[in-house]
Amino acid sequence: MTQAQFQESANTEARGTAPADRHWRDYFTFNTDHKVIGIQYLVTTFIFYLIGGVMATLVRTELATPDSDFVPPELYNSLFTVHATVMIFLWIVPAGAGFANFLIPLMIGAKDMAFPRLNAIAFWLIPVGGVLLLSSFLVGAPQAGWTSYPPLSLVTAQAGEEIWILSVLILGTSSILGAVNFAVTIFTMRVPSMGLNDMPLFCWAMIATSALTLIATPVLAAALILLSFDLLAGTAFFNPTGNGDPIVYQHLFWFYSHPAVYIMIMPFFGVISEVLPVHSRKPIFGYLAIAYSSLAISFLGLIVWAHHMFTSGTPGWLRMFFMITTMIIAVPTGIKIFSWLATIWGGKLRLVSAMLFGMGFISTFVLGGITGIMVASVPFDIHVHDTYFVVAHLHYVLFGGSVFGIYAAFYHWFPKMTGRMINEFWGRVHFVLTYVGFTVTFLPMHALGMQGMPRRVAMYDPKFTTINVICTVGAYMLAVSTIPFIINVIWSWRYGPKAGDNPWQALSLEWMTTSPPPIENFEGVPVLATGPYDYGMEKIQNTGERLRLKLRENATRNAQKTGIPIAEAQASTFLGRTATLVAPESEVNVDSPADESQDGE
Amino acid sequence: MNIPSSILTMLAGIVVTLISLWYGQNHGLLPIAASDEASDIDALFNTMMTISTGLFIMVQGVLVFAAIKYRRRQGDNTDGPPWHDNFPLEILWTAVPAVIILGIGVYSFEIYNSMGGLDPMGNHDHGTMQAHSKMRGSAIAATLSDTPQKTPQIPSPKLVALGVGASPENEDKPADLVVNVMGLQYAWIFSYPESGVSSGELHMPANRDVQLNISAQDVLHAFWLPEFRLKQDAIPGRPSELRFTATKTGEYRVVCAELCGAYHGAMKAVAVVHTPEEFDTWLQSQQVASSQNLEQAVAVNPGELSDGEFLAPYVREIKINSETLEQLHPTHH
Ligand code: HEM
Ligand SMILES: [Cu+2]
Ligand SMILES: [Cu+2]
Repeated sequence: MTQAQFQESANTEARGTAPADRHWRDYFTFNTDHKVIGIQYLVTTFIFYLIGGVMATLVRTELATPDSDFVPPELYNSLFTVHATVMIFLWIVPAGAGFANFLIPLMIGAKDMAFPRLNAIAFWLIPVGGVLLLSSFLVGAPQAGWTSYPPLSLVTAQAGEEIWILSVLILGTSSILGAVNFAVTIFTMRVPSMGLNDMPLFCWAMIATSALTLIATPVLAAALILLSFDLLAGTAFFNPTGNGDPIVYQHLFWFYSHPAVYIMIMPFFGVISEVLPVHSRKPIFGYLAIAYSSLAISFLGLIVWAHHMFTSGTPGWLRMFFMITTMIIAVPTGIKIFSWLATIWGGKLRLVSAMLFGMGFISTFVLGGITGIMVASVPFDIHVHDTYFVVAHLHYVLFGGSVFGIYAAFYHWFPKMTGRMINEFWGRVHFVLTYVGFTVTFLPMHALGMQGMPRRVAMYDPKFTTINVICTVGAYMLAVSTIPFIINVIWSWRYGPKAGDNPWQALSLEWMTTSPPPIENFEGVPVLATGPYDYGMEKIQNTGERLRLKLRENATRNAQKTGIPIAEAQASTFLGRTATLVAPESEVNVDSPADESQDGE
Repeated sequence: MNIPSSILTMLAGIVVTLISLWYGQNHGLLPIAASDEASDIDALFNTMMTISTGLFIMVQGVLVFAAIKYRRRQGDNTDGPPWHDNFPLEILWTAVPAVIILGIGVYSFEIYNSMGGLDPMGNHDHGTMQAHSKMRGSAIAATLSDTPQKTPQIPSPKLVALGVGASPENEDKPADLVVNVMGLQYAWIFSYPESGVSSGELHMPANRDVQLNISAQDVLHAFWLPEFRLKQDAIPGRPSELRFTATKTGEYRVVCAELCGAYHGAMKAVAVVHTPEEFDTWLQSQQVASSQNLEQAVAVNPGELSDGEFLAPYVREIKINSETLEQLHPTHH
């Protein structure tokens, strides 16, 4: 018997009996089920991704020629401003929240989030903010970049700018509400036998993310409200003509927006830590190192913001401080990457689409990380700041590090969310198109920036034409790459083969109930018969006396804390069953001293 | 898992090292280096590139190798072997990046310091404030006539000066040439306070210590000379400076790197590095030209002119005609 069957049999009692019967109309209601909300988030944000992608394609089309000849230059600036805003605030950040919504209660054995109604409100703010933002095209969309630096943001497209501020405030509110909910849910609603160090790493990642969101987002709100006063009421917090200081805005803005990068990618660090072990059939390497490095990244992420300002108003000695803190982040990030590689090494890799995107994530993110260290170095950053080198770097981090993670998660949990398998052939086609398109689009941009092309320009020196044409071709390829994905998702959702509860033979609790899960996820209280990543440890664990003790301890703790009698019954049946299940394997003798340390703790 | 030690691994390591060393020097990604500072920065970049190439090949190599070698065989549904704790390996991959980071950090610090980034004079209010405040917002006007102008838009609080100052050996000396640089939508104006010349082009002699005092009239701009590897934002209300030594004669481009409006991409200027003799010739020819301009200019009060008219004498050099300038500035009045 494999470890997965073992975990499943321990949880037969807790497993829900019938999958929830849902109608498509449920997804258009103020539903408070975390699973409905999770899917609402994911579908909505994906639609915004397509909208942002159309804008990116328009931007790249303009850049196919050196002259500003495709859209008027004002519109060009609006396009990249809204592209970036949509991608960040309406795609990557809320997509992470979408997965967290769907997965966290299932992973920790809870019936729902701590505050289901708040959860629904947090979601419904997203379409409101998004539609508001897009409506700015009717009055002249913002043109000052997603950073909205004054004084430029105070003098161009003022109505659009104000709409931009309002919509970002709404979206920020949504992410704060979401973060409160994730943190409270994870801290208070785990099944009693689950200590913090027994949680799947995705939950750790969401703790780190929520902490950052709660600390940093209010500062952005402050900056934007002050900017709004300057814009509407003629105050001069940031307006130099009234003796205000535009640099103060930059500090406030980056105090949020640097951590925001980690808010965007940390959930997908979590996703990768879930996807790789399952499809490598190996335990995650260095559980604690990965969990705590997320916390370290959160903390460090808060003290590096001025590395976005090396060439603006930052005195020399301060530049040195921010250079060092920024570089230090490479250490916990490196720990994660090496632990993931060690997880894959020597496994039995099942190269399904989820796994391909997971490996693609490492492959692309590592380059974003490397160029990140380069731009942390002040002398080099002075050269490449605000150039296409930075555009390349940020897409390697955000596209490579988030979009690949989102796709990995989509393919991995698709069977759980829909109850059906997704077509692997088209998944792989999607992966290849995305990976190649991505590389063709963004790799050459590094060279562009170093050789002298600034970012955010509609017209450029003709000597850069060739490289720009290559990038544009890549962008079209990326646009095309979404087509197999969309068709595959829609088709498989309706007609795909039934998935069963645990198609990947995974160990974490979300796989221990039906697919899609019933309204309250579980019938009883789930039990942890194994850790979340104990693949290949059955021989050691199933036989050991230690395991039996651990299970009894788990079951009694569940029973005591919940006071639910069923838990006791469940515990005893469960223990009886384990005893018989375990017996035949007890011949396998692996009780050598070396294996004593392998109990997964 | 053990720290890999077989001969094959060692050979792979040697090959990767050689490739990295070669690519780190031969990536061809940077344009020519035309200042003292540029060659320092390039050396730093080459070092980072060498390390990065090695790391990059290693990670991609592990991924591709694993995808081929450890692919699940058809019909095998068992789990892989669980790893054994490998504490030394974890220490190793924490310590090695930490040491590399430390090295890059110290090296960057050295380069930055030798460029003049830590020049205390460059980072403090130091007497040239007078020159700054006189120039700010009225640089062109000031060179046209000495009468006070109505044009300054932005008041000048006394703030710390920012940018890259003198290299340590030049710290106590004034620069050989000072040029005031002002960014405005969508042009750069350079004025030479010692000779009263102003121009849409930046001219300087090679191998002399040049100081640029950078300011902005309306919104943020960023002064960038890619071949010099130097960049500094031009910030309304806050003066900043760049001090450097150009080493190669020739023509270079000044690029605006900070989003400054719809025509941001068109905000360019020419920077010319002359031999010192040529530079003097150029300066003299400009002085003649500007005294002619001055006679025309005093006839009208520059304060009454729109930006377009006001800039007209310069726009030929900036390659923007005054009509476009006029259209570009609806937000300005
Ligand atoms: C779908 C493929 C994508 C393409 C072809 C693309 C293309 C571009 C281009 C060409 C720019 C530079 C605009 C300019 O400087 O004029 C840009 C900027 C940007 N993109 Fe993307 N992008 C894509 C996806 C994404 C994603 C997934 C994100 C996720 C966050 C993203 C975030 C940004 C940001 C933050 C900027 C900076 C905008 C600025 O400089 O203000 N992009 N993108
Ligand atoms: Cu500019
Ligand atoms: Cu500009």
